[in-house]
Amino acid sequence: MSPRDLMGAALRGLTANKLRSLLTVLGVSIGVGAVIVLVAVGNGSGKAVQARLEAMGTNLLTVSTTGGGGGFQRGQAGPASQQYSLTLDDAAALADTRLAPDVSSVAPVMTSSGSTATNGDTSYTVSQVIGTTPAYMPATNTPVGIGSSFTQEDVDTSQRVILLGQTTATELFTRPASAVGQTIKLGAVDFVVRGVLASKDSTGFNDPNATAIVPISTLRATQAGYGALSQIVVQAKDTDRVDTAQAEVTQLLTARHQVPANQTSPFRITNSAQILQTSQDTAATFTALLATVAAISLVVGGIGVTNIMLVTVTERTREIGIRKALGARRRTILGQFLIEATLLSLIGGAVGVGVALIVTRFQLAGVQPALVPSSIGLALGVSAAVGLFFGSMPAHRAAGLRPIDALRHE
Amino acid sequence: MPAVLVVVASVAADALIDIRDVTKTYGHGETAVHALQGVSLRVDAGEYVAVMGSSGSGKSTLMNILGCLDVPSRGEYWLDGSNVARLSEDQQALVRGRKIGFIFQSFNLIPRTTALANVELPLTYAHLRRAERRRRANRALELVGLADRTGHRPNQLSGGQQQRVAIARALATGPRILLADEPTGNLDAHSTDEVLGMFDGLHDDGRTIIVITHEHDVAARARRLVQVADGRIVSDEVTR
Ligand SMILES: Nc1ncnc2c1ncn2[C@@H]1O[C@H](COP(=O)(O)OP(=O)(O)OP(=O)(O)O)[C@@H](O)[C@H]1O
Ligand SMILES: [Mg+2]
Repeated sequence: MSPRDLMGAALRGLTANKLRSLLTVLGVSIGVGAVIVLVAVGNGSGKAVQARLEAMGTNLLTVSTTGGGGGFQRGQAGPASQQYSLTLDDAAALADTRLAPDVSSVAPVMTSSGSTATNGDTSYTVSQVIGTTPAYMPATNTPVGIGSSFTQEDVDTSQRVILLGQTTATELFTRPASAVGQTIKLGAVDFVVRGVLASKDSTGFNDPNATAIVPISTLRATQAGYGALSQIVVQAKDTDRVDTAQAEVTQLLTARHQVPANQTSPFRITNSAQILQTSQDTAATFTALLATVAAISLVVGGIGVTNIMLVTVTERTREIGIRKALGARRRTILGQFLIEATLLSLIGGAVGVGVALIVTRFQLAGVQPALVPSSIGLALGVSAAVGLFFGSMPAHRAAGLRPIDALRHE
Repeated sequence: MPAVLVVVASVAADALIDIRDVTKTYGHGETAVHALQGVSLRVDAGEYVAVMGSSGSGKSTLMNILGCLDVPSRGEYWLDGSNVARLSEDQQALVRGRKIGFIFQSFNLIPRTTALANVELPLTYAHLRRAERRRRANRALELVGLADRTGHRPNQLSGGQQQRVAIARALATGPRILLADEPTGNLDAHSTDEVLGMFDGLHDDGRTIIVITHEHDVAARARRLVQVADGRIVSDEVTR
């Protein structure tokens, strides 16, 4: 029997009971579709998390102080919060390449929140005014979109210059581009707008664009006073050297603030690479979990194929007997039923892929699915294999029947 | 002298069908059914044999063995000079497809499949090309007078018509042997006559026909009558 005849016989077999074939196909397509869609969702959410974290900068260490518990107990002079508070001198020491060779740049950060910015009649409450040095912008991946950044000289001379976040600039000037060079008031103090920051994707609930950045010296002089730094942003020389940089920072600060050796460090250092790694691991686990669930549904679809093929073989035992009496060989019968089973799964697979391609264009549960091309190939391959594997048992049973036993079957 | 020997040997091998002391037992022990208990039968090419016997005497069992649909429990079966027991499964399928045409009491057409496709089936298994299959199947259907029913499915045909489709299917590959197990058992007198007329024609063509029947007028058309009782051949006579 030629392949074409075999295919014809298989197709006739399938179309003889359309509803049943259709339902079996549906089972397989749900399995295949689920694999592709769920893997895409897992992948998409992983990518989204990664994109957000990468927007923060990947070789970044953020140093803040927890206030440190032990100070009072030891009866040392002054409250612990002062002993362990971060200072500009700390920042300067961290920037010293002899003390911390793996640190490429350091930016001290002070923040003041809730300041009102005014441009003529328009006013806007800036959610966070950041006082820092120019190193902050590249380290935190906060580029200046329009205009330019302020310089170290501006910091040294406490210039009243300001960089506006996108939202702030839009609120005050409507067109952010027209803000550069204008003078606004922050509180009661005039600031000249140097530049507007490029728009940033939100990493959480806060709008990262509702900010303004000024030289740290200016912020201390005009807004926040001379208190402690809120944090020090440290950029490692390389993504690979984030960990060594973190160790250097810890060691240096511990020494400078004379933290007793038996005390847990009062400094909290957030390592963005670690966060990224953790999130990626979480996303991978998530994807694997989804894929497992989907794989189970694919197996269930496969069992549906076996079930239907078993029913088909039983139902058509007499037909198999007739075919054998008419000279059909074992492999012809085997081929016909295997092709039927494989067609069921392959058609199911193709439908599943088609539906998955459409479904993954839409956001699912707030995640934009990202198709993994290999998952399509895998799902199709698996569905064909499912057909062959799950169909072979009934097909072998059919082919192995003795003609007379098949013919006598009721 | 050797030439004579060759002739003798070829005469000895001339029997198309030769079963020797064949037994068939179903089941084991207490419940064993001895359907055939030592049957020997030779049928030469071109013979027209009727097999009669009471119900349960083993006629169908005998025919299934003759048609390579079943295997004997003991004894030998030589078909056209070769020992069937020695043939592989595929070779037996080939024998069924090329040398033997079956006609069953219950027609055994494939449901939901047109008359033409049913007749084409053995030709497909004999690896004929599509066009040739079509041609031969159409001719076979023409021969049985069903040229206008080729597109009908079995459930759209009368019993007599279904049996004629089955005959066309049995004839399509041009087999030398036609095995019919009560071919007229489900047919009325008129259809029976038609079928028997066809058998006469096939016999005249030189085909070997073995027909199992309960009806004396069907048996009367054959040239030789074999009577079976309790798994044994009790009489074997040339009637015409
Ligand atoms: N598959 C089987 N298993 C067990 N016993 C069987 C089987 N097939 C046939 N038999 C038994 O073998 C005996 C012969 O059966 P067979 O079908 O050959 O009879 P038959 O002569 O064709 O009868 P009928 O004229 O009624 O068709 C019967 O007793 C029957 O019960
Ligand atoms: Mg019988």
